Amino acid sequence: MKALESSKDVALSKEKAQWMYQKMVEIRQFEDRVHELFAKGILPGFVHLYAGEEAVAVGVCAHLNDKDSITSTHRGHGHCIAKGCDLDGMMAEIYGKVTGLCKGKGGSMHIADFDKGMLGANGIVGGGFPLACGSALTAKYKKTDNVSVCFFGDGAQNHGTFHEGINLAAIWKLPVVFVAENNGYAEATPFSYASSCKSIVDRAIAYNIPGIKVDGKDVLAVYQAAEEAVQRARRGEGPTLIECVTYRNYGHFEGDAQTYKADQEKAEHKQDKDAILLFRNHLLNEQLLAEREVEAIEKSVEAAVNQAVKFSEESPYPNASELLTDVYVSY
Amino acid sequence: MTRKVSMSGAINEAMKLAMRKDENVILMGEDVAGGAQVDHLQDEDAWGGVLGVTKGLVQEFGRERILDTPITEAGYMGAAMAAASTGLRPIAELMFNDFIGSCLDEVLNQGAKFRYMFGGKAQVPVTIRTMHGAGFRAAAQHSQSLYALFTAIPGVKVVVPSTPYEAKGLLLAAIEDNDPVIFFEDKTLYNMTGDVPEGYYTIPIGKADIKREGSDVTVVAIGKQVHTALEAAEQLSQKGIEIEVVDPRSLSPLDEEAILSSVEKTNRLIVIDEANPRCSIATDIAALVADKGFDYLDAPIKRITAPHTPVPFSPPLEDIYLPKAERVVKVVSELLGTPLEV
Repeated sequence: MKALESSKDVALSKEKAQWMYQKMVEIRQFEDRVHELFAKGILPGFVHLYAGEEAVAVGVCAHLNDKDSITSTHRGHGHCIAKGCDLDGMMAEIYGKVTGLCKGKGGSMHIADFDKGMLGANGIVGGGFPLACGSALTAKYKKTDNVSVCFFGDGAQNHGTFHEGINLAAIWKLPVVFVAENNGYAEATPFSYASSCKSIVDRAIAYNIPGIKVDGKDVLAVYQAAEEAVQRARRGEGPTLIECVTYRNYGHFEGDAQTYKADQEKAEHKQDKDAILLFRNHLLNEQLLAEREVEAIEKSVEAAVNQAVKFSEESPYPNASELLTDVYVSY
Repeated sequence: MTRKVSMSGAINEAMKLAMRKDENVILMGEDVAGGAQVDHLQDEDAWGGVLGVTKGLVQEFGRERILDTPITEAGYMGAAMAAASTGLRPIAELMFNDFIGSCLDEVLNQGAKFRYMFGGKAQVPVTIRTMHGAGFRAAAQHSQSLYALFTAIPGVKVVVPSTPYEAKGLLLAAIEDNDPVIFFEDKTLYNMTGDVPEGYYTIPIGKADIKREGSDVTVVAIGKQVHTALEAAEQLSQKGIEIEVVDPRSLSPLDEEAILSSVEKTNRLIVIDEANPRCSIATDIAALVADKGFDYLDAPIKRITAPHTPVPFSPPLEDIYLPKAERVVKVVSELLGTPLEV
């Protein structure tokens, strides 16, 4: 068990640094736009935004390829983007359009793209643990060196499936990396109230697997922890539990007044503790990217998000006949 | 005195009255208060339920009686069963009925079985309140109507109210009841208002209500679909057709007598149920009437249900997923052999 770690001395190639910064900015801008569209009444349904937690999804997915799989949560947009899902197809899904990644039939809480190894956002808290074991079992059985990553929130670690999933992965030495996104609140309930353990990572001891807790706002710390865990899984040495301490900038869902958060806490996470600003400063200070390169990424992402909205608005809804497809129906 | 109250207000009021009357009544669930141990809230609720139905309860009854649980449905649902059988009278809120997947055993193999399996030595006075229903754009895992699943379990009672008046009276009856009762709340009806008496009253579980009298066709409708039936009734009435709208209000026990006597009068039966058609309440009621009321029938029994698919997210698909008054009008017209134009 390691203490809270923060790392600034991770060696990144320029290409990797660019990719990571771009993905983080994509998540932020995508989510900020969804927030606006929802507030205007344009988007239907329940929407849970990932903004603020970008460093977790990106720091982990930086080590994955399209054959590696991830399971996700109700707060899944960030995982989708980090895993390479198409922004147009994601946004169209949230609009309920036929050009969405799930033909509009899944919506925000159920975006999936199996070609990218994204096994689906999930409306059931704790739904991902056994599923990650399943895709890892496939990898192990077929002797690929693929891994599964299970992203989950601090609320899910109190769910029975957490224990069943991690124990199963541990006894079968499945190539799974369990990534806790501890954003401090399960819905409107503080982590400190709902969890008997002060740290999620303490629970790794119970299953005799490695556990590491990192600053989930520091993408390099996440990157470093995930590298070791992913390699360990690829080598067939079994699962690891990583706890990333993070924060969600928006509410549990759009429309949540967030009265349970203190104003000062909200403000500091949008300024001094912002994962994207921290990484941006690092990239510039270390001269990994020049100011104009960083700005070029930000501009290109803005254009891509604009395009995703335009694409979604111009796309048609599914035809009525789609109601009865993709399921065995005779009545 | 009677005044206009919303469905969620009526449910909230029922819980308050029950808790004032009986100190053994407690409420537990995920964020039924919210904001537990948040200093600046000073023990006010942050949410009062995800859609605000339990708002204000923690202020009146405190956190000893309004228990925020972790996201641990199996944990607190099982605890509710045994708390009930050892002296409390818990209300356990299952935020969405879809989440029963995470705690079915606690109902199916535990609470539902205790009284019978232990030879009558245990009582399980628990009420499970849960949200159901499509039309909220909440997609496949937050939109189902799973009351048939519970109706299939011996030992539990199943209540599906359609108006604020009934929600209050039936919830108070559910809390008083010494068996497990699953109380379904359609999330799309929470803002619907209706006349609700002040004060404590109960409506007996197992007694149907005739929402509109008619002589041509019996339409049994469940929960929100009662309103679909009433809308169709208005349209049909303008054509001189009078349907009788029967609201069973509870599915277990089911008021068989009310349904059969209505069919005896009208000789025709339609059941509207927004759940999937197989092994559904619609199918169950059709079987009841085919079995015990066959001689009353002049036409085939018709079921108007969702298709046998998960609930789609896309708004236009979800709109056609749900039963509509137009469809009821069409089926009634077909049964009566009258022209289709409305």
